[in-house]
Amino acid sequence: MSPTNGQQKALPTYTKKDFESGIDPRWCPGCGDFSIINQVQKLLPSVGVARENIVFVSGIGCSSRFPYYMNNYGMHTLHGRAPTFATGLKLSRPELQLWVVTGDGDALAIGGNHFIHTMRRNVDIKMLMFNNRIYGLTKGQVSPTSELGKKTKTTPHGSADYPFNPPALALGAGATFVARTVDIEGQHMAGVLKGASEHKGSTYIEIYQNCPVFNDGAYVFLTEKSVKADALLRMEEGKPLLFGKDGKKGIRFNAETAELEVVTVGEKGVTEKDVLVHNPKRDDPTIAFMLANLSTRPGFPTPIGVFRDVKRPTYEELYWDLVKQVKAKKGETSLRKFLSDADTWTVS
Amino acid sequence: MSTQQTTSKKSSVEQVESVTIRFVGDSGDGMQLTGSEFTKASALAGNDLATFPDFPAEIRAPAGSLAGVSGYQVHFGGKGVYTPGDQPDVLVAMNPAAFKTSLPDLRHGGMLVVNTGAFTEGNLEKAGFKENPLNDPALKQNYRLVQVDMNKLAEAALEGSGLSSKDVARTKNYFALGLMYWLYNRPPEHQIESIGKKFAKKPQYADANVKVFKAGYAFGETAELGVGQYAVPAAKLKPGVYRNVTGNQATAIGLAAVARLSGRQVFLGSYPITPATEILQECSYFKDQGVVTHQAEDEIAGIGSAIGASFGGALGCTSTSGPGLALKSEMIGLAVITELPLVVVNVQRGGPSTGMPTKTEQSDLLFALFGRHGEAPLPVLAARSPGDCFYSAIEAMRIATKWMTPVVLLTDGYLGFGSEPFRIPEDGELKPFPVKYQTALNYSGQFMPYLRDEKLIRPWAIPGTPGLEHRVGGLEKDSLTGMVSYDGMNHEKMVKTRAQKVANVVEDVPDVVVDGPSTGDLLLLSWGGTYGSVRGATEMLRVQGKKVGHVHLRWLNPLPRNLGAVVKGFKKVLVPEVNDGQLAFYLRAKFPGLDPLQYNRINGKAIKIAELAAKVSEIIG
Repeated sequence: MSPTNGQQKALPTYTKKDFESGIDPRWCPGCGDFSIINQVQKLLPSVGVARENIVFVSGIGCSSRFPYYMNNYGMHTLHGRAPTFATGLKLSRPELQLWVVTGDGDALAIGGNHFIHTMRRNVDIKMLMFNNRIYGLTKGQVSPTSELGKKTKTTPHGSADYPFNPPALALGAGATFVARTVDIEGQHMAGVLKGASEHKGSTYIEIYQNCPVFNDGAYVFLTEKSVKADALLRMEEGKPLLFGKDGKKGIRFNAETAELEVVTVGEKGVTEKDVLVHNPKRDDPTIAFMLANLSTRPGFPTPIGVFRDVKRPTYEELYWDLVKQVKAKKGETSLRKFLSDADTWTVS
Repeated sequence: MSTQQTTSKKSSVEQVESVTIRFVGDSGDGMQLTGSEFTKASALAGNDLATFPDFPAEIRAPAGSLAGVSGYQVHFGGKGVYTPGDQPDVLVAMNPAAFKTSLPDLRHGGMLVVNTGAFTEGNLEKAGFKENPLNDPALKQNYRLVQVDMNKLAEAALEGSGLSSKDVARTKNYFALGLMYWLYNRPPEHQIESIGKKFAKKPQYADANVKVFKAGYAFGETAELGVGQYAVPAAKLKPGVYRNVTGNQATAIGLAAVARLSGRQVFLGSYPITPATEILQECSYFKDQGVVTHQAEDEIAGIGSAIGASFGGALGCTSTSGPGLALKSEMIGLAVITELPLVVVNVQRGGPSTGMPTKTEQSDLLFALFGRHGEAPLPVLAARSPGDCFYSAIEAMRIATKWMTPVVLLTDGYLGFGSEPFRIPEDGELKPFPVKYQTALNYSGQFMPYLRDEKLIRPWAIPGTPGLEHRVGGLEKDSLTGMVSYDGMNHEKMVKTRAQKVANVVEDVPDVVVDGPSTGDLLLLSWGGTYGSVRGATEMLRVQGKKVGHVHLRWLNPLPRNLGAVVKGFKKVLVPEVNDGQLAFYLRAKFPGLDPLQYNRINGKAIKIAELAAKVSEIIG
């Protein structure tokens, strides 16, 4: 019993403009959010879903203003709770495409519980988590992704609070699509978003996003031209995990230590064949988990791209299959017959 | 009654108007089953009835301990059955702990049936008895004592059956049931058939239970009990097909009926919590009935999923109890400001905090009315009996969808767990309420999600509707466009508009009707689950010649239009509640000059009819 009885119609040809609500975003000049919304609006004309069937749901924080700027249906909800609304809506109306826009504080602090359960259930929701490693809307407090020792308004002497590694958390919780990208890497982000739009199931994208006001330069260790080549590992399906200025550095699985290590092709007898070939479709998430954890290990590059992309029936698919089965078993009944499904007696 | 021929010659048959029996024993003694089976038999005999189970909060308290006592009370009769009964007339106690906890409730002169087989030294010690209380001669003077060694008689009935002694011991509740069947002239055939069905997959247990049940029945027939049989007349119930429902079952089937009546999906997003859990459990069986259930990761996620589904056009609902309502309050505020339909069913229990999860209370009234930050009014209604939960759930949903607002439906543990006969509505008896969505632009070629009709209701446009794409959220909205607005005057206007809209719901709130004369010495003014107790007390007082009226409130917000005028017809107003005076407090604020008297019990139980009647007599003399 879907709330609508809409008929399938030919999809209009959309342009990016069709997805702009016409409201000027109220983000600070230079905010990474601009580039993200730009990429999303560029993507949507090509996803093959009618504009009215796409819904953006957000929580609270700078990132969560996102739905107001999209010309789709949208809900700007409560702090940390966006996945709960999205889960209900998707379960109720599986034909809708659901996007959740959230931030590091929203998703991982106040919303941590909903985050893990949404990933676990494999609800077909695409979650974009803007990670600026700071609380922006409240003007600069430590977040669950702020690095240890970070000085913020609530940690004036440095933070004693270990951060989450978000893709590792998403993988651990059972997400079926896990990726990372960077706000200023437009083309890379476009590719990751495209992959997300095609995936069915719990989709998590961490987007490194610079906050020019409260945490400016959070990702220069990765995005500065001089260090970029050595600091970024671009994961591409079917290709060896190579990086570095001349593309000779690689990631190898060391069977003896059961760890990933950095090797250089052409040195110490290492050939390209020794380098791990990236396979996000691997059912076992162990290697994806190891890759996700590289960014926290000194001397290792930070991987961007898709860590994991596997197929598994979604929560709403499994649920509506059960509905179908129960209906087939029980058949159509009148309301009165339904209400009489108990021990009854007649009073005359 | 047709079964009188089974009466043995040595006993007499006494007519009684109504009887209250309490079956009480250890958690493992099967008292809930015994009670509910006896209830079914009474229903089939045409009695009106009301039941209430009383079980420990612990799942498995130590066997034989006072904490492990589990009881089931059933009140059945020809008329005047408004509650599960103030006091048992008959107490069936299966062990010393049950005897100890329930004996103080037994009516003086009532029948006391004890399973002497369980009065072992060990059990006596666990119940804190130094001596066997059955040896106290006062017991025989105060009650009609029937001592039966059910353990031994069950063993004898199953001699040679090959069942383990543990399995044999588990049949003794059927002995008690058989004895009660005899005592109240119930035809045993139905029970025998019922046992056969229940244990269809384990015929050896079916056999054993039938044997022991028959032994209990035969024991009544042949033993010199010193008590006769009772005949309880059938009640004059409205003709129709009946079933028994607990309040929680009734709420659940009410929600399923809503899907039919509205033609829309009902979405229940909840988290297990005593005493509301059964609503989610029951509804999860109704997948084929247009009810989608989602067991969320917590209370907040439960209501969040319901609001999300409502945004998508489903009829969102969440069920909970006090602690859950507290967690949901921020979400309810969001439903208020976004003006999306939502029903929050709160099965009240003893609070604050974890309080008394399995005990009833009416102490969330003010929380339901005012428990949100900001100005966040919403309609609140309360069910008055287990069966009434069905109609209340439908009414709550109808109001929520018509007025685009969250609605709180208050029930309580007493209603949720309690049961009564429920007449199944005939086809066409329930009024459909088709729910429509906005599909057209509504303002010079644009869609304005907060453009209201003359009743101040905003349109419901759902995803999938082309051209009506819009955003809702928790930030204050412009009164027309629904865009974020920080304009102070706009905010004031929106606060007033939302309040006025909820006030307008009064057009759907029927005037109250006084039960009894419209003027008199005292008006009993009650709400929610106390209906049966207050109705019973009113009748008792009227029989005594007292000029007493009764008004029972279904709607707490908005209050019925004529309530202020009605209370003026009485010299005094008494508000009985299972809380410390919340309705009385609210009425003082709503009707300046009205200062109702209060009768408050906060002992986790329903108000006793006789106690309330005595209080009224004391007031008006």
